Amino acid sequence: MSSQRTRTLLDADQISRTLARIGSEIVERHPDLTNVHLVGIRSRGVPIAERIRDRIKDTTGVEVPVGAVDISFYRDDVGLRAGTEDRIADHPVVGETVFDAPVEGATIVLVDDVLYTGRTVRAAIDAVFDYGRPACVQLAVLADRGHRELPFRADFVGKNLPTQAGEHVRVRLMETDGVDEVVLIGGEGDEA
Amino acid sequence: MNDGRRHLLGMSDVDDTDIERILETAAGFEDVVVRDVKKVPTLRGRTVVNLFYESSTRTSSSFELAAKRLSADVVSVKAAGSSVDKGESLKDTVRTLNAYKPNIIVIRHPQIGAAHLTAKWSDAHVVNAGDGKHQHPTQSLLDLYTIKKRLGRLKDVKVAIVGDVLHSRVARSNIEGFQMMGLDVTLVGPPALIPPGIEEATGVKVSDDPESMSEADVIYVLRMQHERMEPGQNFVPTLREYARTWGVNSRRVKPGQVVMHPGPMNRGVEIAPDVADSGVSLVEDQVEAGLIVRMAVLYDLMNRPSIGTVIDFRERTGEWGAA
Amino acid sequence: MTRLEMIPADKATVVITGARLLDPVEGLDVTAELLIVDGVVAQIGDSVERPEGARIVDGSRCTVLPGLVDPHVHLRVPGQEYKEDCATGSASGAAGGYTTILSMPNTAPTIDTGTTLEAALDRAREMAVIQTGFLAAVSTDRAGESLTEMRDLAARGAAGFTDDGSPIASARLMRRALQYARPLDLPIALHEEEPTLTKGGHMHEGAISAKLGLGAWPGIAETLMVARDIRLAEQEDARIHLQHISIRESIEEIAKGRERGVRVSSEASPHHLVLTDASVRTLSGNFKMNPPLASDDDRQALIDGLRDGIIDCIATDHAPHAVHEKEVPFEAAAFGVTGLETALPVLIQELVEPGHVPLATILRAMTEGPCNAFDLERPALRVGAPANLAIWDLEQTWKVGDKPFKSKSANSCFIGRKVKGRCLLTISGGQLSHDEMDAKGLGVVA
Repeated sequence: MSSQRTRTLLDADQISRTLARIGSEIVERHPDLTNVHLVGIRSRGVPIAERIRDRIKDTTGVEVPVGAVDISFYRDDVGLRAGTEDRIADHPVVGETVFDAPVEGATIVLVDDVLYTGRTVRAAIDAVFDYGRPACVQLAVLADRGHRELPFRADFVGKNLPTQAGEHVRVRLMETDGVDEVVLIGGEGDEA
Repeated sequence: MNDGRRHLLGMSDVDDTDIERILETAAGFEDVVVRDVKKVPTLRGRTVVNLFYESSTRTSSSFELAAKRLSADVVSVKAAGSSVDKGESLKDTVRTLNAYKPNIIVIRHPQIGAAHLTAKWSDAHVVNAGDGKHQHPTQSLLDLYTIKKRLGRLKDVKVAIVGDVLHSRVARSNIEGFQMMGLDVTLVGPPALIPPGIEEATGVKVSDDPESMSEADVIYVLRMQHERMEPGQNFVPTLREYARTWGVNSRRVKPGQVVMHPGPMNRGVEIAPDVADSGVSLVEDQVEAGLIVRMAVLYDLMNRPSIGTVIDFRERTGEWGAA
Repeated sequence: MTRLEMIPADKATVVITGARLLDPVEGLDVTAELLIVDGVVAQIGDSVERPEGARIVDGSRCTVLPGLVDPHVHLRVPGQEYKEDCATGSASGAAGGYTTILSMPNTAPTIDTGTTLEAALDRAREMAVIQTGFLAAVSTDRAGESLTEMRDLAARGAAGFTDDGSPIASARLMRRALQYARPLDLPIALHEEEPTLTKGGHMHEGAISAKLGLGAWPGIAETLMVARDIRLAEQEDARIHLQHISIRESIEEIAKGRERGVRVSSEASPHHLVLTDASVRTLSGNFKMNPPLASDDDRQALIDGLRDGIIDCIATDHAPHAVHEKEVPFEAAAFGVTGLETALPVLIQELVEPGHVPLATILRAMTEGPCNAFDLERPALRVGAPANLAIWDLEQTWKVGDKPFKSKSANSCFIGRKVKGRCLLTISGGQLSHDEMDAKGLGVVA
């Protein structure tokens, strides 16, 4: 007998505290929040960006703008066979790209749920630059599972999750999945 | 047999979920075509061939721009001035262009089935940009986009398609596309220009009474296709009488109705200038939708991992494969 | 007198053993031996003689049928030999169990003079492996304006007259042709199509054409001309043969004419008996023919007409075209499909097996019917008759297109279809014309 092993890495409470911490780290790094613009990568990056905005508002009273970027048209695998579990390929529905403030000269903090190969981040940065020239771009992620294929590093990391190649990290959020949790779906494992 | 290629040869190649996905993708391009950098790198390094055997302004320019907005390399071949002028067969032309290994071939041709043959003879994804009186699927998709954007819905929208249905590929694609999305279609026009058997074939309603246009939310005016009418056919006695009876003018259009036309318009024949240039005309909206919808179609065809029908015409028409 | 030509060669001496001998016109259906001596049926019986040098053919599990007769074939001779010629066309016929074929004069040049007709017959004598005759044109260049020298053409062996490929649009010319042909006692074969109604058409008008947008013509374009010509033939007391009938109302007109005693024979093609305009949805040029495939209701009427004898001939309208004339958009494709090699197997599979039409009726329409219409000697399994027959494996199922065609062209509308019955050996005019019996254990009497 073998089956998929599932292990909870973060529960709702832990997610909430992690996002609050990322919020305060952003404030720490940019005490003057005037130019900060959170930009969620569709789809789960957007609700995470919104929650971080709410935490920042709780502590500073400042509501920073939140945008959304859809990377569909910036993927590097259009026309190639899928063959990867990277969600860069698993993106059938195209959403709108919107910015709540000008990109030109802004401090863009890209927000995503999981940092993995880095290809999504590459696509998102390309997309942002087609809307203007930001002063700087930083990256905030709820979880970093390693296995990078491009030279990226997150500026704000909720939790480092060492994983193996056959494993998947799934982030589920109230807004999109009806539950707050981060789980590790194993490769194949024996159940005792 | 299925080689994984996907084609858009007619509206029967898509279903309602495909249409919804393509319209959503098109909406995603709305902001791309108005921002400063009007381009995305989606099809960078890919090649799109536009092969046009019929003169066309809006369709050829719109496909060319759509491919360029997606960063594809575009080769546009027009029949005039090419080896087609020298009598080269469609098959030889397609084979020649196929040697450039294009990813997508967009073809417009005056004869029915030319796009199907292009799909058979090439290794590319094929988009039918109009084959004779048969199909013009991207026109139907852009019309659906335009209606949805203006009316906020598709289901149960009443459309009167008015005029020369017999010679119109736009009408044939739209009857199919509109019905798939739950619109209510009535064909209105002189009897000789409504093809016998169309009710049986599609289930649309047919009327030769111009007054039946008043029931519609959308009056979809077809071009009187003089160029497809053989002399002596006498479909209507004169264009003057046609215009007086079935022409759409401001007296005909009721408050709340909108008017569409696939272009190019014969002003004063099927559509009066006072309607064409008024706020009820969606003609410019249709042209704008044409660009983003064609971007969405090119994207969708190349976007293999996406969910949707993998279309292989040889499955539908087994006879080709056996030949 | 109609001239039938083929390559002169040695007459066969053959013993066929163990086969079912089936000839409904002769009232013959027995399992017996059949002896052919020097190209003539010499003996039928439980145990026939075995002359020295006779080839012994093991016909067990096989059926011997009389040779089929096709009154409507396009051999494309003279002038269009890139599509077909007398050798390939006749071999195609032999492979389909035919022993006599009549070829149409819509050639380049048109067979409208005695010299052209004799040149065509000479080609058949040089190249054809089965008995081959020709019809000559009714009007010069088939232009519908002036009559050909019908007496001269008849004297040189024309099997009849036709402008096939085109209708005779002028009622006056039609009337004159009937008047002039009457003393010759040869039929005028008619391609019935009202040309102002068919102009610009590529298929039958109906729901399918509405959906596809293809230019289409209404069935009444055929019926109007059928009605006109039956009335004209009646008035002039002349013989007419109506080619490839495809529409229900046309059959009704023929039935009414027959009741009044008009001398009218008529054909249906295997493709009109089996297929409908629904096939055109494939947009394959192999479903483009004239008359076009019609509705299922028309097809049912044809089947009924065949069963009732109103349709008395089955003719293939075998019309070969080169690949570059067919593998093009539908509107650019040439009209016509091949049919000699598939005719009887298609009809067995689609009409006999499901019980729509008895095999005997089909065999009559492929032998007796065309021979009556054109005054040809009927191929018969009868002692003393010339050997015009074929050995069939009526149980063998095969797929059209799996083996290469004998015809020079492959524009069959049945490619990919399963059919039943395969012709293994054909003897035409007493000569061996087709033989794929190699595996059947042959022997020769020492």
